[in-house]
Amino acid sequence: MKEDFKKRTVISPDGKPIEIDPVKDYFSDAKPKVYKPAHPVIEKFANWARANSLWVLGFGTGCGAIEMRPLMTPRFDAYRYGIQWRPTPRQSSVFVISGYLSVKTLKRVVRTYEQMQNPKFVIALGSCTINGGMYWDSYNTINRLDHYLPVDVYVAGCMPRPESLLTGFEELKKIIKEGRGEGANKYAENFDWYKANQKKIIKDWDMPDYNW
Amino acid sequence: MEFSIKNIGYALLTIFIVLNYGLILQGIIRKIGARVGRRYGIRWYQPYIDIIKNYAKRSTITHGVMFYIAPVFRLSGGIGLLLFMPVIFGSEIFSNFSFAGDLVLVLYFQFFGILGMALGAAESGHPYSAIGVSRGLSQVTSFELPLTLGVIAIAMQYQTLNITEIVAAQQGGFLNWTVITNPFAAAAMLIAFLGAMGRSPFDVVLAPQEIPIGPPTEFHSGLLGVLQLNRAIFPVAKLILFMNLLFGGATNWFELIVKTFFIYMWSVFVGVVYPRFRVDQSVRWFLTVPLIIGIIAIILIRF
Repeated sequence: MKEDFKKRTVISPDGKPIEIDPVKDYFSDAKPKVYKPAHPVIEKFANWARANSLWVLGFGTGCGAIEMRPLMTPRFDAYRYGIQWRPTPRQSSVFVISGYLSVKTLKRVVRTYEQMQNPKFVIALGSCTINGGMYWDSYNTINRLDHYLPVDVYVAGCMPRPESLLTGFEELKKIIKEGRGEGANKYAENFDWYKANQKKIIKDWDMPDYNW
Repeated sequence: MEFSIKNIGYALLTIFIVLNYGLILQGIIRKIGARVGRRYGIRWYQPYIDIIKNYAKRSTITHGVMFYIAPVFRLSGGIGLLLFMPVIFGSEIFSNFSFAGDLVLVLYFQFFGILGMALGAAESGHPYSAIGVSRGLSQVTSFELPLTLGVIAIAMQYQTLNITEIVAAQQGGFLNWTVITNPFAAAAMLIAFLGAMGRSPFDVVLAPQEIPIGPPTEFHSGLLGVLQLNRAIFPVAKLILFMNLLFGGATNWFELIVKTFFIYMWSVFVGVVYPRFRVDQSVRWFLTVPLIIGIIAIILIRF
């Protein structure tokens, strides 16, 4: 653990010593909760809204990030399908993992994923997220993404074209409308398994087990 | 002003109509923007779906009490601005709670929302929120000066602080509108209006590509839903204020929609043409040309 994150005692401005535990003070360490779906009728309506308003977290994790940008342009124009880009994890509902994940990025991805609010969905883009792709024997990348996060849709290819990504979004819409987009609850239910997998890979674990 | 239970119903009706108009206007403006960029653009009812989706989110996390209250402050700023002026001139139903000194109160409500937002964003602890709020407050303070000078000039011109009387004085043809009879005050206010709408030259507060989204960075789920409701109501309320003060008000909803749409397009056109100002540039700019125009307006009215 880094020096900054260790427990220490400091003198406050009025001269009294106070205990500081940065990991506990800066983050909440409560475990994620499982949220039961509401009444089927309400849930169906909510799922329609969720499917038609996909707010994507624009976070370029790998080389696939370059395939996400054309979707905003006149040629592909994903906005007409209700897909919009949001700048913060708090407000977005779809996390596009765009390609290979290095160990260092995985840490950020886990934190970001945990900051998103339930229900949240993950699209894994490119072959590297399925079995490692061309990085399958790399010393520094993970091979299979759904050992670390619950993935809803895989888009295979190296790299998949923007059209494939659009198809992936359409597939995700079908999944949400059928009520199968419960990745956040799956993550909460199998929390210990996911955490054990993540900690096996990330050696310098200097954050709480669950960020929010 | 006599108060009765009926007024509450009328107020809710006004809010309902303005909310729907605001959401549709938002969708249509974004659609026009997309067509200008040769895109097909969002569906016109996309803002509705976004709000439903945000309310349908299951989890919410907290940063403290002010974090919860801030969106409510923001929304009450928008609704307060709307309800204390006559929306439709001469209509008993849509005059709402307009009273003798409403012009002063309305100026206050312009500022109210961002103050609440400042407290909430500060409590969220996100550095981008703090940057956004400090930029927002300095920008609002600087465009408030030409705006207030213009409003004072109009109040001196009509010798009243009552918006209903100001609208009444402008009836009978467009030659009676303040924008014709008092062009300097109108110019100062219309320039301040650009800052109030927060579109392109003055959108450094939200700065979508730079500090992710400014003050609302940490707001999510239902809290963001409340902010979105305000983002539909507040601009329309401001449009109605400017329509009442400068363009002779409206005697029916059709006239209101036509006038407010074109006033909104003024800020949209300027936003399309000009790139973003930094906050020090926008403060300096508001305190030069518009301020001088505002002072000229006061001097011309006084002598």
